[in-house]
Amino acid sequence: MAGASKTGGRNRALPFAWKAVKLIASVALTFLGLLFVTFLIGRVVPVDPVLSVVGDRASQAVYDRVYIELGLDKPLIQQFWIYLQKVFTGDFGSSFLTKRPILDDIIRVFPATLELATFGVILGTILGVPLGVLAAVKQGRLADQVVRVIGLIGYSAPIFWLGLLGLLIFYAKLGWVAGPGRIDISFEYDITPTTGLLLLDSAMQGKWAAFRNIFSHIILPASLLGYFSMAYISRMTRSFMLNELAQEYVIAARVKGVPEWRIIWVHALRNAAVPLVTVIALSYAGLLEGSVLTETVFAWPGLGQYLTNSLQNADMNAVLGGTLVIGVVFVGLNLLSDLLYTLLDPRVRRRG
Amino acid sequence: MFHKTHWLAAVVASFTAVSAPMAQAETPADTLIMAWSIDDVISLDPAELFEFTAGEIAGNSYETLIGYDPMNVSDISGKVAESWEVSEDGKTLTFKIKEGRSFASGNPITAADAVYSLTRAVKMDMSPAFILTQFGFTADNVDEKIRQTGEYTFEFEMDQAYAPTLVLYCLTANVASVVDMKLVQEHEVDGDFGYNWLKTGYAGSGPFSIREWRANEVVVMERNPNYSGDAPAMARVIYRHIPEPATQRILLEQSDIDIARDLGPDEITAMSSNPDLVIEDGVKGSIYYMGLNQKNEFLSKPQVAEAMKWLVDYETIADTLMKGRVTVHQAFLPKGFLGAYEENPYSLNVEKAKELLAEAGLPDGFTVTMDTRNTAEITSLAEAIQGTMAQAGIKLELIPGDGGQTLTKYRARTHDIYIGQWGPDYQDPHTNADTFARNPDNSDSPASKPLAWRNAWDIPEMTAKADAAVLEADADKRAEMYVELQKEHQAVSPFVIMFQEIEVMAHRKNVNGFVIGPSFSDNSYAAVTKD
Repeated sequence: MAGASKTGGRNRALPFAWKAVKLIASVALTFLGLLFVTFLIGRVVPVDPVLSVVGDRASQAVYDRVYIELGLDKPLIQQFWIYLQKVFTGDFGSSFLTKRPILDDIIRVFPATLELATFGVILGTILGVPLGVLAAVKQGRLADQVVRVIGLIGYSAPIFWLGLLGLLIFYAKLGWVAGPGRIDISFEYDITPTTGLLLLDSAMQGKWAAFRNIFSHIILPASLLGYFSMAYISRMTRSFMLNELAQEYVIAARVKGVPEWRIIWVHALRNAAVPLVTVIALSYAGLLEGSVLTETVFAWPGLGQYLTNSLQNADMNAVLGGTLVIGVVFVGLNLLSDLLYTLLDPRVRRRG
Repeated sequence: MFHKTHWLAAVVASFTAVSAPMAQAETPADTLIMAWSIDDVISLDPAELFEFTAGEIAGNSYETLIGYDPMNVSDISGKVAESWEVSEDGKTLTFKIKEGRSFASGNPITAADAVYSLTRAVKMDMSPAFILTQFGFTADNVDEKIRQTGEYTFEFEMDQAYAPTLVLYCLTANVASVVDMKLVQEHEVDGDFGYNWLKTGYAGSGPFSIREWRANEVVVMERNPNYSGDAPAMARVIYRHIPEPATQRILLEQSDIDIARDLGPDEITAMSSNPDLVIEDGVKGSIYYMGLNQKNEFLSKPQVAEAMKWLVDYETIADTLMKGRVTVHQAFLPKGFLGAYEENPYSLNVEKAKELLAEAGLPDGFTVTMDTRNTAEITSLAEAIQGTMAQAGIKLELIPGDGGQTLTKYRARTHDIYIGQWGPDYQDPHTNADTFARNPDNSDSPASKPLAWRNAWDIPEMTAKADAAVLEADADKRAEMYVELQKEHQAVSPFVIMFQEIEVMAHRKNVNGFVIGPSFSDNSYAAVTKD
């Protein structure tokens, strides 16, 4: 993966065009490497993709025909080359299993994951940042310990178990939220999925009953994902804030008589926000990869479920396409956080 | 000052915002909602589909030429066909189609549709095509061999005089569903027989029509107003893809669904005490067995294969580990089939096994691997067997893998022992005899790879016996031949056949009339009502 590596050196200012070319080249190489590694992994996995298509009962003749149809009779490197050529023309091939174009499949499942992950990372941020700040300010005191324990549970509790527990409490016992799935069947045909983000679709079409139903379906899995990203975000916030609160400008501000809340929430947090952006972006990318277990427990028809199923059936085109999408998301978010970093941190801006 | 009450209040507020009391969701009175893991569906085209879920969907939305009573499988009757006659030489069947009936589209059902459906399946040559092509049909000859002779009659000419029961049972399989020729041809592209459309489309005449299938999400069925039988009480039947049994249980207890289809032992135990739920089951044709590869120096000794049959604690596994989901069964034909042999001579007997191993020159046992699919069920079964084998000195090393991996290895004959399930493809005994007791070509690249071949078990004599049984016209005699075949097989084969599957489902108390048939295609919700 392309990391958000920072060169701390004092390199000469390069012409902008050259930088852009370098950036594009590195991104392209990243994707090429990603594709090649995934392709190889897919080919060494001891699963016969033909069997996934024809099943265990097909005659040898049917088997042989499909083997050739999938291009498996050609040398490995040639298969990869053919695949690359197609990808360049925007053709990701068809899924062996669904026989539909991969892009269609991914466009169909990705919004579900996008909606869930976005909701989750927003929750994780609005909870994680204040908690991290609190822990840093009250370092070593009870509040710090409490935040640490909350974070520890988020780190170590199996998501599968937490998800089921959440369903049992909030859905089965209390009836506060709706159960697994994205939407009740009764609302299923009320809205036309235009963006695929059901909350957005229902709101835009003014279907408020459906909106409430969708919201009560998403709130639990999103809270769960939010909790996990909160655990990470609050821990990182705490360490960034401790770092800032020990800086000279904080001491100077205290001497000047700047109110304490202002020092914490304005001065220190603004500086801590710079590395935090990267942390949040990475956390978001992690959620966007489709959290397989959450999607399984909550019967959430997203990318995680799609990829798991494709991998188990050695559906190579689907796995490659899905990996590429994740790669694009990852690299894209990384670039975005780099950009924000530059915008927020005057020191980086001066160097650039 | 930092006020923690602020964010606490915010969290509580955000929860109460959605906690406005939601009405206890009851499913609509005219809709049946089921939770099932439906990720095995890859096509809804009867000429291609071959999986449990798709088989059940097709069974409720298409009509086959021939049917049988799910409660009494030997009672065969026509579905689309009204009657049939066998020619003098036994090679040709003449079918008459019921008149005055129509497809969901409104198009009339004629012999042309039946002929088109069968020839289409043969020419497309997808996975289930062998059920038809085993009678000598090829893409080149099928147009002459299956021929329309009148608006409501057609002939079906085979290469040999096969047992009529075999042919008729094969015509009850999903692949013999009659599709709406006119409708399918309207969607044909470049001579693909409408395949790309019918994969997700619908062209049948059953009690329900298929409205929509979204892979790994949902299948929606709707009552077919043109169905010729009794109109179903349910206007809509919905399958929701819920892969996790624990999740299904919660949904069912909340009455968000009417039926939960995937239940583990924990769920069954927990639900059986709930007065609002009913647990029902039915024997299915699927068989749990171990295949011992004869390429392995130890496993190829006949005494070793027999010893292993005495090293499984059948009763205990069926009563505890797989309680309610299997019944002990040790012959290759499942209960409910013509000629099924129901004697179970083997039980756990470590002493006897040790004697046999000593006879084979292995008094201290040996080490061998077993490819084990990583599902909870197969893994726990394998571990139980590992324990009892160890008592006689056989060290079983389990190699876990997912379904695709274990199957790939198995079909390449590179396993030692394979543990798994085998489900029949159609309701005739030949379906299992064909795979457990026939191996016409034991070379490394045969035309077909039956289970006997996969375990490198070379059996020319038994193959000949199985071949003779498909040509026996007298049903009683034929049943006897299969009983003999199974007795011999049970004694000498490198297959340790252990259990037959029981399908279990749980439904709300107000749901009645779901029929659990011997195969998934026979599961029917046409008669389901809700109180």
